Amino acid sequence: MNTRSHQTFGHLDAPRRNHGKLSAARACIVTALALALALIAAACSSDTDTGEATPASTTAPAVAQESDTATDPADETPDDSADEPATTTEAPDTQEPGDDTEGGDTEDTSDDSAADLEGSTVTLVTHDSFNLSPETLETFTESTGITVNLLGAGDAGAVVSQACLTAGAPLGDVLFGIDNTFLQRGLDCGIFEPYASPALDQVPDHFELDAQNRVTPIDFGDVCINYWKDAFDDTLPPPATLDDLTDPGYADMLVVQNPETSSPGLAFLLATIAQYGDGWEDYWTALRDNGVSVTAGWEDAYYGEFIAGGGERPIVVSYASSPPAEFIYADPPVDSPPTGVVTASCYRQIEFAGVLSGAANPAGAQALIDFMLTPTFQDDVPLNMFVFPVSDAATLPQAFVDHAEIAEDPFILEPAEVEEKRNEWTERWVQLVLR
Amino acid sequence: MTGLVRRVVGAVPAAFVAVFATVFFAWPIAGVIARGLGGSSVGGVLLDVLGSAAHRSVLWFTFWQAAASTVLTVALALPAAGAVARLSFRGRRLVRAAATVPFVLPTVVVAAAFEGLFDRFALDDGDGLRLRHTVWAILLAHAFFNYAVVLRTVGAHWSALDTRLEDQARVLGASRLAVFRQVVLPRLAPSIAAASAIVFLFSFTSFGVVLVLGGPARATLETEIFRYAITRFELPTAAALAVLQLAAVVALVAVSNILERRCAAAEPVTRAASAPRRRGPGLWVNLGLMTVLLGLPIAVLVERSFSTGDSAGYSLDNYTAMAQRVRLLPESALGALVNSLQFAVPATALALMVGGAAALVVIRPGPGTRTGVGNTVGRVFDVGLTLPLGTSAVTVGLGMLLVLDSPPLDIRTSVIIVPIAHAVVGTPFVVRTLVPMLRSINPRLREAAAVLGASPSRVRREVDVRIASKGLAVGAGFAFAVSLGEFGATSFIPRRPETLTAPLALFRLLGTPGEALRGQAMALAVALMALTGMAVFVMDLLGDSRRSAF
Repeated sequence: MNTRSHQTFGHLDAPRRNHGKLSAARACIVTALALALALIAAACSSDTDTGEATPASTTAPAVAQESDTATDPADETPDDSADEPATTTEAPDTQEPGDDTEGGDTEDTSDDSAADLEGSTVTLVTHDSFNLSPETLETFTESTGITVNLLGAGDAGAVVSQACLTAGAPLGDVLFGIDNTFLQRGLDCGIFEPYASPALDQVPDHFELDAQNRVTPIDFGDVCINYWKDAFDDTLPPPATLDDLTDPGYADMLVVQNPETSSPGLAFLLATIAQYGDGWEDYWTALRDNGVSVTAGWEDAYYGEFIAGGGERPIVVSYASSPPAEFIYADPPVDSPPTGVVTASCYRQIEFAGVLSGAANPAGAQALIDFMLTPTFQDDVPLNMFVFPVSDAATLPQAFVDHAEIAEDPFILEPAEVEEKRNEWTERWVQLVLR
Repeated sequence: MTGLVRRVVGAVPAAFVAVFATVFFAWPIAGVIARGLGGSSVGGVLLDVLGSAAHRSVLWFTFWQAAASTVLTVALALPAAGAVARLSFRGRRLVRAAATVPFVLPTVVVAAAFEGLFDRFALDDGDGLRLRHTVWAILLAHAFFNYAVVLRTVGAHWSALDTRLEDQARVLGASRLAVFRQVVLPRLAPSIAAASAIVFLFSFTSFGVVLVLGGPARATLETEIFRYAITRFELPTAAALAVLQLAAVVALVAVSNILERRCAAAEPVTRAASAPRRRGPGLWVNLGLMTVLLGLPIAVLVERSFSTGDSAGYSLDNYTAMAQRVRLLPESALGALVNSLQFAVPATALALMVGGAAALVVIRPGPGTRTGVGNTVGRVFDVGLTLPLGTSAVTVGLGMLLVLDSPPLDIRTSVIIVPIAHAVVGTPFVVRTLVPMLRSINPRLREAAAVLGASPSRVRREVDVRIASKGLAVGAGFAFAVSLGEFGATSFIPRRPETLTAPLALFRLLGTPGEALRGQAMALAVALMALTGMAVFVMDLLGDSRRSAF
């Protein structure tokens, strides 16, 4: 009885329902076509203004586009900056004179094309770790009239690989975030145009690794041995040198990252090669005998095995900026960071920016690189990316002054040598340490 | 004339799907492989790769860990599939939906959960049982992920089996075990094989799990492609490995599709037969096992998200902190979640359109059916649209940058590329949900409609579309969850930093020292899990997922 009545209802119901389904199917096809058209339309318009696909119709892309306007939570970012972080705002009518000396520099370089630059757009291609205070890039827009589009795409290695693949038809005008371990690859790919920024006179010469000025140093960070302070005392002081790590007193304490999968892991391997030359193989054999532990990435080393994340090992390969980060993000707050740095173990990583070959706005790109060396930009870098500014004119934040130690004579190898031998070294390392 | 029009209209879905899949999937992959190989022939480079002992051992490890993961997953999930299919208890649907949550969890979250689990139960090093950085960790995580595939696929088939055969065997004196071995198992074989193929495929191409849980010494084809393409920038080797992986995946998908078709053909849905019966200790053992395997990692993650510094206790601090932007990120964690949701909506819509159109083509090839052309098209679509499940994100991501560089398709830097990429990954889920459902439609239903005078297109609309709409709900849930958790492809696509998605934010939070950031990362992981879980729950309640191929 029950089933029968169901069938009857279904039958009676059918015409009305079918009508709905019928038009739904038609609507589906129509929407599909409309979307395909919109995609093409969006694609056509996007090569003129990068990043701003401006589809006139359709809902889908529009929804995604709203993400930046709809999502600004009213936290520390002021409304105007969170809404449109210097991407779509028109150039201001009245130009405020730059509040720092470099304002003059940018005007110098853009003398001949100042009219063109006013209201133009520069696209900055960078890695996912790139971050600034919202007002920093606005300062640049206010003083030059140039708007900055940001494009982030993976980690530093991925960004360089992508830039090499798109050489000649670059994704933007400036690339930021290539470091000295990947520098030679980028140079070999021919992705950069030489540009000597006048602001380089504020930067110590040892940061400038390319004589042709195809890249400009912007910041640096050291990869160093970090240790958990409470794990050491007078009877067993924290290690002070690379040699100490092979001492049986520090057996089973060190955790490092695989240089084949991790950037700090590679930097630490390079530090040992810089220190011991051909003897690096013996050193790693000794480390292995002393119970070194290896992880694939920084996260599993620091949070998995190091004491900071609940692990048991008190020595880890991390950054010189890790102690200030531990201090700033401590929960509950602390007076001093629980970790320290072995400055004699540091390998220097310098991050560069360069004008991309084939850039749509090369003059704007040069102005942006000038700006990256101004105190406005340089002062903002430490707390947002946990790296150190290269400019002598920059001021370090207090947490860095108090809790960061910068090695006076860090290890560093020639980019060309690194590029040439990296694969050979890492393969040998795998055999020595993992097999 | 009208025949011509009908043919043209009938070809619209096929053309739409073909264009989408070619432009956003096939072309990028072909581009990156062609660029990687340069002038040299595929065969030559493949021989080089296969000639190296290191690559051979990677290939071998990839195969056997996938095989072992599959065996373990089936062994763990088969009893539960039987219990859920055959036993009657309250909340059956809830159990099935809950078991599906791990399947859609972002890899980053699962890796964090397992690390937390090993840490909590001291399985991470030294004495006693050590799981951290062992193959077992990889296998367990794969079983955790894919449990639902077996539970759902086999369970659905199982509950549709006619129980009268078993009753007859019992009456004739067969033991319960004998009944299972000789009556149930042979009939279940097609669905077990289909589920195994999918589990194998996912384990074969898993990236994050292998990288984080396997430790530094383990490599699979997928992680090697990443290493050669990004870390070493040796594109020829990366391309050769990608070809190798693609070949393996095509073979797998072809096999799984044949099995799945056989599975759908073997026994049409019979409702009367699936009367669930007895419950017993077996049920509780199964549910207990499921809770331990699926629940523990999640419980540890939740516990960590509430704990505040120095094990001082539990609070909501980590969750409230999500509203505040940390200087490290261009957006607050909460904002990243909102971004993810906003990408997920268009991505889901697009995946439904492409997947829906594709399913129609696969099921009822339009023009040319009689000549067999339509069937071939359907089969190619069926295999081709499953491939995104097993293709490395690096290959697709780099390929898109490489080929989509000239107008009118220069959308490399446009924001719409993110939902498109998510849709590429999500479409297979829609297709694989819809196709089996449409296949299971009793052909007599269509015949009856035709006899009563409905035109072929009307039959399609009134029979297929109606039944498919329930499947669409399930597909939408999967596509939505996949988009929310997508990490690999998103991280390779140039995006404006403010469009940070939740998995990317999670990754960044985990990447900087500091207890507060770690706590917030755990809270974000739980929030992401809750959202994906909700998507799956809603779809399971709204739709009919019994015939879904997951």
